[in-house]
Amino acid sequence: METLETIKNLTMTQWSFYAVSVLTLFGALGTILSKNPIHSVIYLIMTFFSLSAHYVLLNAQFLAAVNIVVYAGAIMVLFLFVVMFLNIKDEAPELDNNKIVIGASIVGGTIGVILVAAIRLTESQKIDPSTYQIKTGFIETLGQLLYSKYLLPFELVSVLFLIAMSGAVMLGRKEKGERNF
Amino acid sequence: MDSVFLIKSLIILGIFALSLGIAAYETYFERVIAAFIQDRVGPDRAGPFGLLQPLADAGKLFFKEDFIPTLADKWLFILGPSLAMLTALMTSAVIPFGDSILYDGHEILVQGIEVNIGILWVFGVVSLGVYGILIGGWASNNKYSLYGAIRAASQNISYELAMGLSIIAVLMMSGSLSLRTIVEEQHGMNWNVFYQPLGFIIFLTCSFAECNRTPFDLPESENELVAGYHTEYGSMKLGLFLFSEYVNMFISSAVIATLFFGGFNYPGMDWVYSALTSKMGEVTGHNLATLVGTLVFFGKIAFFIFVYMWVRWTLPRFRYDQLMDLGWKGLIPLAVVNMIITAAAELSNQPLLVNWIGLGVFIALLYAGSALMKSKKTSV
Repeated sequence: METLETIKNLTMTQWSFYAVSVLTLFGALGTILSKNPIHSVIYLIMTFFSLSAHYVLLNAQFLAAVNIVVYAGAIMVLFLFVVMFLNIKDEAPELDNNKIVIGASIVGGTIGVILVAAIRLTESQKIDPSTYQIKTGFIETLGQLLYSKYLLPFELVSVLFLIAMSGAVMLGRKEKGERNF
Repeated sequence: MDSVFLIKSLIILGIFALSLGIAAYETYFERVIAAFIQDRVGPDRAGPFGLLQPLADAGKLFFKEDFIPTLADKWLFILGPSLAMLTALMTSAVIPFGDSILYDGHEILVQGIEVNIGILWVFGVVSLGVYGILIGGWASNNKYSLYGAIRAASQNISYELAMGLSIIAVLMMSGSLSLRTIVEEQHGMNWNVFYQPLGFIIFLTCSFAECNRTPFDLPESENELVAGYHTEYGSMKLGLFLFSEYVNMFISSAVIATLFFGGFNYPGMDWVYSALTSKMGEVTGHNLATLVGTLVFFGKIAFFIFVYMWVRWTLPRFRYDQLMDLGWKGLIPLAVVNMIITAAAELSNQPLLVNWIGLGVFIALLYAGSALMKSKKTSV
């Protein structure tokens, strides 16, 4: 009876939180359980999407949009792109192997239990809704922080990206005498 | 509060219905313009001037046999066109179609939602647009469909970069990601296109590529790939793919008008506003002025839709390597240069002047550089 009462008293935000969480978990489970790699990738895209919805619920709209643009929009397209070139029917991985499944579930379950225990043990600060700055997750606040307090790490990350980019160019460069398709 | 909610819902419903209706009539006008350019008659059988042609097309598509190829992935085959249509319709949520409606002391914005990340939302949804084509093409279990899908994906990713870089220049000028703020900055005739001529050209080119329109319609180039990603599609599934292209065209025209051509701003809008408010009273005048702004905005959208069609029936298709060269070696460096010029212009006190001077200097340097390169080559 008590659970029924709690369900009745849920606010709109809580309802959307639970709906989005169910979607996220469904997507995450689909990613690891589906046999077809393409289906896995599509489930993963769904997971990223519902994670973005979580960000919106936390009023971090910029993070949500960037998550969609970068992860769901760019990285997963490349994933899908590569997976589509593989010939799946010939190289169906032997996932029926029970040993792998049992081992993976034991490891995953243990890590899950440890995570839950750790989160319960940490004393996280409760946020007071009355004094909470509603603009915390907004892009203006984020920009101010990135260009003042975290300026050096931010600039270093851009150098890292530059190095990664030139590395990719190096790897993709044609060797001398290599066939030009 | 309830009536405010009702008006807001009506606005959202209206935007949704309008984007579908305009997309339907785009198919008609595409044929009319094609006929005009090629000196033909065009559709004139269904109704007066052929105006019922979109309905006839939709009826034909709905009543055709809907089949799924034997070895196709059934669910993904259905998901492809649905995703294409969904992502096409999602963007219109953040576009400001007009100023605001005054009702009962409340100010209701003529816009789906006003968020402070508007342009990023547009950009995110655009980057998702490729999934419909990619999934549909792969699920068809056909070589040509897959080639079309792969081409679409690489084309979209390549042109998104230049598009994003040209948007950054606009964002530097307005200092906000909200589309409404960007529009309000361009009050009257203070449109961004005068500050950003190069950025506008880059954005227009990239939006052609993102909509898979000629000259960038390589994903469906019928002389190489049969029909590209929708080779195996028939009936209304094909209809959804084609229709989503037209919705995309409408939305990208709206985004171009918003970013570069002042959205619902037009020269002399203050005069119209004061004349209307003094004649009709504060509330009615304001609402009528909003209506005029919205109509102007739709006029701009119609113009850009016309440009899309004009280009389609004028230019031939690119070759694939030319497309990639243009995207990576042409537009991205240009967009970076444009960004640097805009940054310099924003730091100076005369953004308009410095922007044009910067562009002039850049073009002069480019010309001199190419002349120098040419003389070197001939001497060797």
